Amino acid sequence: MATTYVGERLKRLEDPELIVGAGNYMDDITLPGMAHVAILHSPYAHARILSVDTSRATALPGVVAVFTGKDMEADTNALPCAWQAGSVTNNVNTPRPLAVDEVHFVGDPVAFVVAEDLYTARDALDLIEVEYEPLPTVVDAEQATQEGAPQLHENAPNNVCMHWTAGNQAGTDTAFDQAEVVVSQKLINQRLIPTAMETRGAIGSYNAGTDEYTLWLSSQAPHVHRLLLAAFVLNVPEHKIRVIAPDIGGGFGSKIFIYPDMAIVAWASRKLNRPMKWIEDRQENYLWTSHGRDHTTHAEIAGTRDGKITGLRAKTYANLGGYLSSIAPGIPTTLYGRMATGVYKIPNTFVEVFGVYTNTAPVDAYRGAGRPEATYLVERMVDRFAREIGMDPAEVRRKNFIQPEDFPYDNGLGMLPYDSGDYEKALNRALELVGYQELRQQQTEALAQGRYIGVGFSSYVEVCGVAPSAWIGLNGQGWGAGLWESANVKVHLTGKVVVTTGTAPHGQGHVTTFSQIVADELGIPIEDVVVQYGDTQGQPFGLGTYGSRSLAVGGTAIHRSVTKIKDKAKKIAAHLLEASEEDLVWQDGKFMVKGSPDAAKTIQELALAAHVGYSLPPGMEPFLDETTYHDPPNCTFPFGTHICVVEVDPETGKVEFLRYLAVDDVGNVINPLIVDGQLHGGIVQGMAQAMWEQGVYDESGQLVTGTLMDYAIPKASMVPNFELDRTVTPTDVNPFGAKGAGEAGTIASAPAVVNAVVDALKPFGITHLDMPLTPERLWRAIQEKRNQPSDSATAPTGGSHPPGDASTPASGAGA
Amino acid sequence: MATTHPITVTVNGKTHHNEVEPRLLLVHYIRDTLGLTGTHIGCNTSQCGACTIILDGEAVKSCTLFAVQANGSEALTIEGLAHDGQLHPLQQGFWEEHGLQCGYCTPGMIMSAYDLLQHNPDPSEPEIRHALEGNLCRCTGYQNIVKSVQHAARLMKSESLPDQGYETQEGHRPALVEGPEAVPSS
Amino acid sequence: MIPGQFDYHAPTTVQEAVQLLQEHGDEAKVLAGGHSLVPLMRLRLAAPSVLVDINRIPELRGINRTNGTVTIGATTTHATIERSEVLKRVLPMLPAAATVIGDPMVRNRGTFGGSLAHADPAGDWPAVALALNAEMRIVGPDGERTVPAGEFFVDLLTSAVEPGELLTHVSIPVPGGNVGMSYQKFGHPASGYAVTGVAAIVTLYENNYCLDCSIAITGAGTKATRATETENALRNQTLDEATMAQAAEQAGTGIDFLGDIYASEEYRQQLVKVYTKRALLAALHAANEGQSAEAQKTL
Repeated sequence: MATTYVGERLKRLEDPELIVGAGNYMDDITLPGMAHVAILHSPYAHARILSVDTSRATALPGVVAVFTGKDMEADTNALPCAWQAGSVTNNVNTPRPLAVDEVHFVGDPVAFVVAEDLYTARDALDLIEVEYEPLPTVVDAEQATQEGAPQLHENAPNNVCMHWTAGNQAGTDTAFDQAEVVVSQKLINQRLIPTAMETRGAIGSYNAGTDEYTLWLSSQAPHVHRLLLAAFVLNVPEHKIRVIAPDIGGGFGSKIFIYPDMAIVAWASRKLNRPMKWIEDRQENYLWTSHGRDHTTHAEIAGTRDGKITGLRAKTYANLGGYLSSIAPGIPTTLYGRMATGVYKIPNTFVEVFGVYTNTAPVDAYRGAGRPEATYLVERMVDRFAREIGMDPAEVRRKNFIQPEDFPYDNGLGMLPYDSGDYEKALNRALELVGYQELRQQQTEALAQGRYIGVGFSSYVEVCGVAPSAWIGLNGQGWGAGLWESANVKVHLTGKVVVTTGTAPHGQGHVTTFSQIVADELGIPIEDVVVQYGDTQGQPFGLGTYGSRSLAVGGTAIHRSVTKIKDKAKKIAAHLLEASEEDLVWQDGKFMVKGSPDAAKTIQELALAAHVGYSLPPGMEPFLDETTYHDPPNCTFPFGTHICVVEVDPETGKVEFLRYLAVDDVGNVINPLIVDGQLHGGIVQGMAQAMWEQGVYDESGQLVTGTLMDYAIPKASMVPNFELDRTVTPTDVNPFGAKGAGEAGTIASAPAVVNAVVDALKPFGITHLDMPLTPERLWRAIQEKRNQPSDSATAPTGGSHPPGDASTPASGAGA
Repeated sequence: MATTHPITVTVNGKTHHNEVEPRLLLVHYIRDTLGLTGTHIGCNTSQCGACTIILDGEAVKSCTLFAVQANGSEALTIEGLAHDGQLHPLQQGFWEEHGLQCGYCTPGMIMSAYDLLQHNPDPSEPEIRHALEGNLCRCTGYQNIVKSVQHAARLMKSESLPDQGYETQEGHRPALVEGPEAVPSS
Repeated sequence: MIPGQFDYHAPTTVQEAVQLLQEHGDEAKVLAGGHSLVPLMRLRLAAPSVLVDINRIPELRGINRTNGTVTIGATTTHATIERSEVLKRVLPMLPAAATVIGDPMVRNRGTFGGSLAHADPAGDWPAVALALNAEMRIVGPDGERTVPAGEFFVDLLTSAVEPGELLTHVSIPVPGGNVGMSYQKFGHPASGYAVTGVAAIVTLYENNYCLDCSIAITGAGTKATRATETENALRNQTLDEATMAQAAEQAGTGIDFLGDIYASEEYRQQLVKVYTKRALLAALHAANEGQSAEAQKTL
């Protein structure tokens, strides 16, 4: 196949409308007669609702109606949880569209206003009087499981939703009993707030004549939203709902899920027989749109003095919030526990996870979803182990890597076999590019001048394009559906191609990437391809965009449809050229008879012939139109090594980035420009977790970081330039040999940053710091060590040149 | 209901007369009253800059101004940047350098960069990063945004426009005509 | 996030503005740049029923230099200060500090007077005004009065401007002699406000002999505060790093420290010491170099 487009840094086809302000985001949509919805959220984290008085709000001029949980109760059900942890009991509690008797977190919706305009709707919220009886609260997952903790749900004793394990408990216990070295560390993987720049929104329109609903939703998965709303929440037949996802201003997972507002606008549009618009404001977004991470893990690593890791044990309390969000239990189980050993051959591993309810916003998938937590666990522990035995962290990684000949590799944790990899190659490339020996030398020299430079590694592997359905589904990992992807490809009479994908891009550039593939496969100009998505009407059921699955699964579905088109076109060509199919070759966008280049038919000619149907092989249907539902045989497993170099100011604890280098292996790349962009953005989100972001609740369950004035997402001035490079280890799971790039950066970067900062502070004897690495946290850690009577490490005092740690920084450095 | 006020605002060269409630935010006036939805709302607390427009020649956050405050002013929004199908160098830069992913922050980001290039036609990377502190992007990690602004600065320099600033008087807009061939290889 | 309703007035003279403020009393708020007030209104943490927009009063805008004094009108924006050639020459700490306030859009609308009158404990200008011995001109129903910066910042979010009054101008004496000045800031990663900001001015004789010095701190406590003990320890001393570092240890004296989830009281005490030392070093360096805007750059 000639590749005119695939592999090129093609600028995006999506951009022309977005750079002139012609995008069509949720709040840009206005329908005739549209009313505006404002939602009242509970100010209490845990309370009984004693009464709701809407009379004053209803009386405000411009208010159309005010509804409470009791009003919606008869017509709607609780939202479903579509991914429960596999093979264990899940004590499921999901929210109703509006709370009726009890609220479980600050942000739980209790009533909503419909008004002629947004300003009036907002005014009316202040006039709704709700009487609450506050109940005791708990916000920390581990504390919530303790005896005597406040209980959220009757069916979840000790607030435990599920208790899940992976690996070999007995073997792991033995490995630890026999280990030369054991290092234990409590790890906090703090709560994050996804913060897509566009908040969520929902618009509902009901047609009384047809009894049909049209919903515009902030959706990473419009077909799934339709299915869940229809079958579980609204009691409306699926075919009576159309869901449209317009331009979406980022999601990062938070727009996969089903939310109460979706049901609210649908229900109210029918109740009042007019279109309803609800647009979330940022405060609401922070209060109730699902958060991410929030694990407390007690981790232990076992190994030999010469650097072999023999065991890994982790007990994790995963905070799930006040209710289960749509796929919450699957994240800290399948996507975390089963990836806990990362890139290492660790013979004995045991992971135990408690999914716990607390009086906080629901926690669900956020960019990386489980894999950042797993990578942080193993990469932090490997560094702790390296430090303990005095070995260079790169060397310890090298000694324990899964080797190229080990693939397909079964990690023993119930994950599908890793498809392909060469972890050492990526590490070596990173060491070479960063100039590792020299860097360590600089570090030593800097230390002699009282400067604290650190080098941190993260060698990661993650799982993308999660599949096949039989494995992920209800009899396996608990996912409540299939996990395939659809594509339809049509070649019209004029030779123009319409591709419809079940993926739901919101910034990932699918239109460009998929067009590149289709144009090359059909040998046509890229301008002749259009890619459609994001509308349940007339588009085959699709599962959506998340989990770095879109190219691996959705792209493959497109490829297979194009292949079917070409198979059919070939038959038509053989018929028209009066040749046998075996004598035809595909070359330069044509089928030609071997040895007679003049006897050829282009795909456009064949599309015309197929469309008009004047002369087709006997029994063949007209038109080139093929649909595929692709269920892949396996997931893909991208990997790489990131190296972060920092300097810490010991007086203030401030961290400065000196370098950040990433060598990623995402398999073959369709559009390097787009992949680099995904990596940049991904790295910054992981870096942000390491450095700045944390969703904080006080003990009463109030979100302390409730606006962008408190919750620090990175600004341009806070992040460095990234040096990117790639190794290419294709996968055989899909025809592109591509793996997935949307989450890799986020999965890799947080541990690289933390490891770098801990390395910088090694002279003080600091072995671990929890995220985020706020200046105060670093400063305190330094102070503590300075004030401590020194043990193995002599803590330097201000200004003096500190002696090194027990091991010299450069020992065992290899590359 | 508070007394409404008549206002006259010129946006992208077109003058509008409206009667507005004092609390109407400028961003809602632009988006809902005038229907110019390219200007976005991202944070509601003046942090994110998605609502950035040029008001009387300076970048402002239109979510932190009331429409009445803009009475008598001239505004430029993302919709007014391209002319006769010719993209502004910043728009070209963002496209060429993949300076956007979801595109939501992009209009505000471009308007902020526009303000920067008015004052500093040849900014260094740290200067660009400092100047964009009021615009949050969650997708790109900023690296390509910095490149986009540098790209635009090069284009504007190579075109040696008579005036890099946007003259807000009607009929005085510089012709910002660029061709892709004018892009210097980076 | 929609503000509550209010009546809006846009007077064109100070007299008119003061009349409106008098008329509406506690119900009224002055709208200057609005970058503190409007977000509070949108969060419904503030709900004034009347706004008096003072941006259309020409006499409140601008920078004037006369006989050793610079007078800055209350609605002069941070951006105007940032770009002022006059200030870069005679009071370079002002334009330098302006570059680290908020972001460009905030600086384009936010005002010098608004920021001072709001007395946000994490604002940047209070430290600068305090260190420079600024004088605030306040006009009220009974006429005009002048309040020195040292008496202007009363408490958390409370300045000497009473309801019904308007801060109109700020006068700053241009220090003479061999002077260096610097504002050093540790900003909050989200809000950009000062977790700690230190404005330091040193006046030197030969060989780094300190004739006078002035240090003011913002962000750390309930209000901007002069570091009097540090100043006293440095006057009539030869300045070097060790001397200044030692004196900076006392910089927190008199501050009613605040703490939050990002930075505790204890940590702010540390920041005050470190940033006082750094501001002094930068000021000393500036004095030695012959002050220029370049020397003002944040370390």
